[in-house]
Amino acid sequence: MSQVPAESGLPAIVAKNVTKTFRVPEERRHTLKERALHPRRRVRYETFQALNDVSFDVREGEFFGIAGRNGSGKSTLLKCLAGIYGADGQIWRRGRMSTLIELGVGFNPELAARDNVVVNGIMMGLSPREARKRYESVIKFAELEQFQDLKLKNYSSGMHVRLAFSVAIQVDADILLVDEILAVGDAAFQQKCFDVFNRLRDEGKTIVFVTHDMGSLKRFCHRAMLLERGSMVHLGDPDDVADRYLEINFGRDPEASASAGGHSGDGDARVVEVWVEDDQHERQAAVRQGERIAVRARVSFLVDVEDPQASLYVLNEEHKAVLIANTGLDHERSGRFSVGDEVIFSFSFDNVLAPGRYSLMLTLARRGTGLDVIDRFDSAFTFLVTASLAMGGLVDLPVEIAVDRVSAQVPEESPA
Amino acid sequence: MSVESRPAHDLATLSFESLGRPITGPRALTDDWVRFWHLTFNIARTQWKMRFFGSALGYLWQLVRPLLLFGVLWVFFTQIAQVGQGAGAGPGQPEHFYGVQLLGSIVLFTFFAEGTSGSVRSVLDSEALVRKIQFPRLVIPLSVVLLSLFNLSLNLIVVFVFALASGVRPMLTWLELPLIIAMLAVLTTGLAMLLSAMMVYFRDISPIWEVATQVIFYASPVIIPLSIIQQKLSPPLVHLYMANPIATVLQQFRHAIINPATPSAGAALGGQIRLLIPIAIVVAIFWIGFYVFNRTAPYVAENL
Repeated sequence: MSQVPAESGLPAIVAKNVTKTFRVPEERRHTLKERALHPRRRVRYETFQALNDVSFDVREGEFFGIAGRNGSGKSTLLKCLAGIYGADGQIWRRGRMSTLIELGVGFNPELAARDNVVVNGIMMGLSPREARKRYESVIKFAELEQFQDLKLKNYSSGMHVRLAFSVAIQVDADILLVDEILAVGDAAFQQKCFDVFNRLRDEGKTIVFVTHDMGSLKRFCHRAMLLERGSMVHLGDPDDVADRYLEINFGRDPEASASAGGHSGDGDARVVEVWVEDDQHERQAAVRQGERIAVRARVSFLVDVEDPQASLYVLNEEHKAVLIANTGLDHERSGRFSVGDEVIFSFSFDNVLAPGRYSLMLTLARRGTGLDVIDRFDSAFTFLVTASLAMGGLVDLPVEIAVDRVSAQVPEESPA
Repeated sequence: MSVESRPAHDLATLSFESLGRPITGPRALTDDWVRFWHLTFNIARTQWKMRFFGSALGYLWQLVRPLLLFGVLWVFFTQIAQVGQGAGAGPGQPEHFYGVQLLGSIVLFTFFAEGTSGSVRSVLDSEALVRKIQFPRLVIPLSVVLLSLFNLSLNLIVVFVFALASGVRPMLTWLELPLIIAMLAVLTTGLAMLLSAMMVYFRDISPIWEVATQVIFYASPVIIPLSIIQQKLSPPLVHLYMANPIATVLQQFRHAIINPATPSAGAALGGQIRLLIPIAIVVAIFWIGFYVFNRTAPYVAENL
């Protein structure tokens, strides 16, 4: 999260009560014959509300994120801002606007780079002279100097994307509307895109950025908005938006998770309740990665039990145990519990779990092998871990990274 | 649902004029006419380039089509059907320079056919553009017409070379050429707008128009000299025949550019004032075409 730029005069974009309804004909009639045969049958339409009364404004020089799941309406909103779809409600903008909704729109595979760059530049709003003037820098940025005369159809897809992105960012607009184009290209090129976005941000351009990658949302955006089923659910700090996004995305339904569990075992005691607390000792259904969290289980004894052990299993969505903890290790002699006693077993740990949904299983067993199960509570609780970046591993441990050159042929940097 | 709204400014205190330009949905037209022209011109130019690139004989191939048609028709009608060979074909007669008249008519009609049938699918085929970029939608059919206009200009050079070689002398009436072309271009543009917009909703416009083009070809005096029509039809029917704007354009082209002995369009209609009829038809078609296109333009992106 970066600093919000110095407050400038007026908002760059103001959207007021933007509503977009698509009319989807129940059966599409594409031929005159069909119309002629059934002239009086009205075409019935189903309406689909893609955007529902969305209002927001984007400040000048702000990097504004629009997050949401697939089908949440974020691309539709961008297209309404771009003027590609007409919408109900009002939208105003200040300054020259350019859209990067798709890279290489209108690229013609039969033509060489130059013609394509010029035509694409004109489509993006440059004058032909400007477009021609920028050709050299476009080619240079795309690193395609050697392939200028090749027809585009002979380009690799990577080269294609590089050229398209280079054209797109050469268009100097005050407001840029960007739809998930960062998802393309190899790692090196993505890094280059990120650099460009950082540069544009530093130059004070207003950028509206649609994404479902919470990492880049938090990395770039000053402010963000979360759309869900066409409505704005949240507007504000990108970190909050990212958290809400993960909550919505992975589903958050404490009711369902509480009732989902099943008990097995001889029943001399019962695991009544399992929950998760954050570092403020508040019960949570969603916790952030990196915090210290605690899993607590309340056990009620129905007969006298001596030295029981509780085991906690943290299962990920593939039902793999990511973490197993057992009280038997350092509390082997947990004590003697009588009928009616209630005990709380606690397991505290630094939350290094990868973002996602986890379910908890708790077993209570007699001292010994742990196989003599008194009560086993499957799916005792499900909770969500949110994080800004999903690296893809099972856990995200703090990793210290170093890059040290070992080879002897270090090119000598001249000290002068 | 907690919607935390932190507007940068209290919108109520801002007058809407200070918010900058309102964004409306897509339209057929634009406020930025310079960009409109640049877009139209450059799309047409790249299409043109594409047609000729890659083959050294590119332009020649472009010419071959009308020339071949001309060759076939000329051989058939002059040598076999004996059109333009009879008494009316001498110098100062209406059918003099029948060959040049035929070539000129074919070139003009080729423009009309190319411009209209080329634009039928144009909006449909520009789906990628329409859905991704905001630009005045009218650019799409207009660039097709403009491309056909490029071709027409080159083909007309050939017509004039052929005419001069055949013995047609330059005339003052050649100045009418821009007007004649303009009338045909307006008609073509009107149909291009109408057809490309309708195509979005009715996919069978394309085959229908293919047939229609054929019908119009034979319903217009492309091959047949007007004198034959005048022999076969009664004057009112000739007037009706000439009310077809394409017939008007072709006949006036023959009269003003190639052979002053053949009646002018006005004369064939039975009075210069009656020229207003085909002109009114052209204006009406253009207006309807624009109206339909303008009405559908905002929804094209959603209906493709």
